[in-house]
Amino acid sequence: MPPRIQIISILICIFLVAYVFELVRRKHLSEEYSMGWLITGASMLALSVSEGLLKWVSEIVGATLFTSTLFFFGLLFLMVICLHFSIRISALTNQVRKLTQSIGILDLEKKELEKQVKHPTWQSDSSNMEQF
Amino acid sequence: MKTLRYQAPQSSLKQDPVVILENDELETTFIRDPLKGHPKTLIIIPAYNEEKNIGAVLESIQQKVPGIPILVINDGSEDNTESVARSHGANVISLPYNSGYGVALQTGFKYATKKNYSLVIQMDSDGQHDPKNVQELIKEVQEDGIDVIIGSRYLANNSYKTSFARYIGVFIFGKIASLFCGQKVTDPTSGFQALKGKAIHFAASDHYPPDYPDADFIILMHRHGLKVKEIPVTMHASPDKVSMHHGHKTIYYILKMFLSIFVTVLRNVSKR
Repeated sequence: MPPRIQIISILICIFLVAYVFELVRRKHLSEEYSMGWLITGASMLALSVSEGLLKWVSEIVGATLFTSTLFFFGLLFLMVICLHFSIRISALTNQVRKLTQSIGILDLEKKELEKQVKHPTWQSDSSNMEQF
Repeated sequence: MKTLRYQAPQSSLKQDPVVILENDELETTFIRDPLKGHPKTLIIIPAYNEEKNIGAVLESIQQKVPGIPILVINDGSEDNTESVARSHGANVISLPYNSGYGVALQTGFKYATKKNYSLVIQMDSDGQHDPKNVQELIKEVQEDGIDVIIGSRYLANNSYKTSFARYIGVFIFGKIASLFCGQKVTDPTSGFQALKGKAIHFAASDHYPPDYPDADFIILMHRHGLKVKEIPVTMHASPDKVSMHHGHKTIYYILKMFLSIFVTVLRNVSKR
């Protein structure tokens, strides 16, 4: 691998790992979501530093250029991270949906109770659904 | 058709409701068979920016099937849907933002399970569905072994004109639903339905597809042992409504429906 691309790759990986640590330290990024980035950065750093490891991995995946191996694994890690995010977004969407529905129902119940407090009768109005 | 006023027997501290029945069959269902009891019924109507239509829809329901409480789920409307619905005597659940038809509908089912309603009628807010069919839906859904009644626009002569794209979609998904359910399904997209008991709890559960609950939900209910039946209903052309399946959403809807049906069929289920 040409020394220039090796140095650039190492610097980017060190910057990525250090920046993710800083984000976690400042609580801008949770530990859960930092793991994917840290594993990606550390793996890419290991491949960039150790030419023997890069050569061995390149032979396994059948890459003729070492830089192709770096791009390949970089892309692979990003895909895994994106998939992880899609799963988490789906879970969050479901949670938000349930919260939204609960808020709507609770708000109606609150209004019904307010009506009952203001007009404490068995049959307060035509829309009192509890009596049906 | 004669009008009959039925006062259900007092069974608790709270005063029981008065239900207006309009034919002999309903009289049989409600009065002559006390074992069936009196179904606690709720009409749920999801509405998004329907201030022009919702008032007339509610008036029509109150005129044709008086006494049944109505719950409008205001799906984050930007107009006065909520105040118009309230002023017409409906209870309103207002969702804080537009969540989509399925989510709004499921909110109604969740409310119904929470308040122990045993029979739920779902209708659209744009005036397509004729409330005169509500009693028939109630009567049919109370039959033994039936859990869900779907009002089909294609089993009756209607003024409703279906666009070619919609007809193709209904035809294809109707055929697929028919294949998996082992019975004829002519209108899988119908939002005019009656559900009772277990079906209401099922619709309120996490099984419910919150995007577009259509053919996939019918197949899902069948796979969970719920009995679905279609009856002919009157449907009118929507006055100024653009279908929720329009433009690029049509393609998304078709792809999503195919995917949803595919995974629904693949999932393991435990029948009741």
